[in-house]
Amino acid sequence: MTWIQAVVGGALIGSAAVLLMVFSGRIAGISGILASVLSPAVRAEPWRLAFLAGLVVAPPLVTFGLGLGPLPSPSGSLPLLAVAGLLVGLGAGFGGGCTSGHGVCGLARLSRRSVVATGTFMATAFVTVFVVRHVL
Amino acid sequence: MGFVMRSTAVGLVAGLLFGAGLAVSGMTDPNVVLGFLDPAGTWNPALALVMAGALAVTGPGYRLAFRRGRPLWAERFSVPTARRTDVRLIGGAALFGIGWGLAGYCPGPALAVLSAAWPGTLVFVAATVGGLAVSRTLSPAPSDPNPNPNPGPTA
Repeated sequence: MTWIQAVVGGALIGSAAVLLMVFSGRIAGISGILASVLSPAVRAEPWRLAFLAGLVVAPPLVTFGLGLGPLPSPSGSLPLLAVAGLLVGLGAGFGGGCTSGHGVCGLARLSRRSVVATGTFMATAFVTVFVVRHVL
Repeated sequence: MGFVMRSTAVGLVAGLLFGAGLAVSGMTDPNVVLGFLDPAGTWNPALALVMAGALAVTGPGYRLAFRRGRPLWAERFSVPTARRTDVRLIGGAALFGIGWGLAGYCPGPALAVLSAAWPGTLVFVAATVGGLAVSRTLSPAPSDPNPNPNPGPTA
């Protein structure tokens, strides 16, 4: 895990977001795309399912192709991951986006809501890690 | 090529690029993410460059896209129109950050390693989908970024 990988990976993520905006006029917000799959209207717009398919298929191919080793495993117990996933889903649902929609796409659009949301979830994430690792 | 097929192809390529970016960046490893979120411990600040690298592309890229006035293969831009920074936004973002800090996962990276079928990843993704479903049931989004289910030309 290097600085160069972080920059290149970030640029690839940004390219995906720009592609989706230039051609389809869409935000690359993963929680929004994931949530819309729950709605029956998704059948009229298969691009969301195609996006999710690409998101799932590319990482194993890339890590194998570049010799980056196996896909990393999760951290934490199953109950902890269940609680964390529920909070992430509830929070992204109520907050109108996640790290991609607010943090990448929203900040690039200079959306005030996204600036506030990104500042807020970064802050609570830092506090949560501090409490879990250094207080509890 | 019809509108639906073209937009599906764009979605697929964008998803592949996004997934490749996540895989290369280190975001898919919760230990790297938690290391980034832990400046009081063994801090690994490299992940800040993922967002910096992404914004370096989306900043100018979006500006060029919006300058055209409309997307190449759709009638209009479908971007969120809500402007209020309310309790719902801030409370939601706060909960999201707590979940992110507990697991080191946000939705994209968890989906990116879904193919490995780690039980913890499957549980996290299922719980995320459940949380999204509950939030939609409790209160619909204030402004649906996509009120028109088929905004493109019906070619």
